[in-house]
Amino acid sequence: MNVKIQNNKAWFLVLPVLLLVAFSAVIPLMTVVNYSVQDIFDQSRVFVGTEWYREVLNDPRLQSSLLRQFIFSGAVLLIEIPLGILVALMMPTKGRMASVCLVVLAMPLLIPWSVVGTIWQIFGRADIGLMGAFLNGIGIDYNYASNPMDAWFTVLLMDVWHWTSLVALLCYSGLRSIPDAYYQAANIDQASAWAIFRYIQLPKLQSVLVIGVLLRFMDSFMIYAEPFVLTGGGPGNSTTFLSQTLTKMAIGQFDLGPAAAFSLVYFLIVLLVSWLFFTTITHLDNKK
Amino acid sequence: MNKRKIFGISLYILFLVLPIYWLVMMSFKSNEEILGSLTYWPQHFSFENYMTIFTDPSWYMGYVNSMIYVVMNVIITLLTALPAAYAFSRYRFLGDKPLFFWLLTNKMAPPAVFLLPFFQLYSSVGLFDTHIAVALAHCLFSVPLAVWILEGFMSGVPTEIDETAYIDGYSFPHFFIKIFLPMIRSAIGVTAFFSFMFSWVELLMARTLTSIHAKPIGAIMTRTIGGEGVDWGLLAAAGVLTIIPGCLVVWFVRNHIAKGFALGRV
Repeated sequence: MNVKIQNNKAWFLVLPVLLLVAFSAVIPLMTVVNYSVQDIFDQSRVFVGTEWYREVLNDPRLQSSLLRQFIFSGAVLLIEIPLGILVALMMPTKGRMASVCLVVLAMPLLIPWSVVGTIWQIFGRADIGLMGAFLNGIGIDYNYASNPMDAWFTVLLMDVWHWTSLVALLCYSGLRSIPDAYYQAANIDQASAWAIFRYIQLPKLQSVLVIGVLLRFMDSFMIYAEPFVLTGGGPGNSTTFLSQTLTKMAIGQFDLGPAAAFSLVYFLIVLLVSWLFFTTITHLDNKK
Repeated sequence: MNKRKIFGISLYILFLVLPIYWLVMMSFKSNEEILGSLTYWPQHFSFENYMTIFTDPSWYMGYVNSMIYVVMNVIITLLTALPAAYAFSRYRFLGDKPLFFWLLTNKMAPPAVFLLPFFQLYSSVGLFDTHIAVALAHCLFSVPLAVWILEGFMSGVPTEIDETAYIDGYSFPHFFIKIFLPMIRSAIGVTAFFSFMFSWVELLMARTLTSIHAKPIGAIMTRTIGGEGVDWGLLAAAGVLTIIPGCLVVWFVRNHIAKGFALGRV
């Protein structure tokens, strides 16, 4: 770790970023804050204080989509983190195969999110899709457009397909940073595969896993395009997640006040969780 | 043990490739064949879907538009993030930690929250439906990420190099461009790749900020869903074409991609 020098002139180096991000972030954020405390009819604006906040926090629609959102993000983390570690452990370490694996793993990450939705929309359809036809062929009545359970299954599977690679790639690079000597020592001690994983590999993966969990939490909590294209939030509201409810409120029904108020609540939730992770990361960095 | 590993990873790769395989196959089929029966391989290879896209300006301009704003975004991101990351990795200054966290929070802001204000902001400054508007909007998450990644990589470069250069009489800009940047060129490559990637895959903001002249391909794709049903073949072909740029660039950074995903912190 390098020793940092105190130098306030460094502000000049940060200034361009600051201005750029402030333009795109602070002004819109202030607009949202403005909306959230005002009632807007055409031209006139009335200050309503915390009314929208009280309204949205008691709105069953938002509460249920928030609950769905937490279940979804939780499920995503529970599946993708262990699966990602497993995949990273199985990946070849040298040669052409390693490169090919890396590129194939990275592929789902580089597909526009709406296209990911399209791919699974096609793949899961019973009439024209491989997976839909296969599942129906072996006698499972599967239709993601009409059965909520199937829709959930498809959305989760899509997310696992889309993002597990991220966790796997992170863990893979973490595993590569373990010196061979550790494994040799473990061999001399005749450690079991589990012991090697538990006492050598897992501790080394700690810091990348924190980043992985953070990124996956943030992105799954903000998921929009994929389920929107795949199921359109349906059947009913069963796969309508938070972003979609908000967008519907703000743009569809033009309920700007409540939408803005809830946006801020939403933002605060993400911020709080991310701050917890961030402090953990910096803490781990300092411990090294 | 080793055989089990190979079996496992092959299974996973198969899981990753199958949906893409199905999309590619579908793009070569005609709609009659897609809806008629389930075939694992197109019976009549037809490039008709691709021809439609490549001959119709309203289709292929979507790709051009997406490319333009993605490249703009990468350039803006790198130009601003490089000095900032250097400052964060080398100096302590007033408010550095809160500033760093504040930058990161922008990556965490749900895009849905910002859609409407963005639309109003860019309309009011006259940038609506321009490529630069989308590029600037995407900077909201690409710049913080770039600063984070670059800071991670730069912290791995010993400060002795800076000091030696100053003793040798280099001025800061001279040192930064002539010595420091070439040293971290792989990091710059990785950062460029990530800015490319996040700008390329994002659609929600790009769609909101454009109407005709700068419309991204993702928004144009929805045209295939028309009154008489979905033109599946055309939709699949358009999808395949959005996958290709990513596959091309990932090959160049394949050895650094994992480190980039770890934000330079492995």
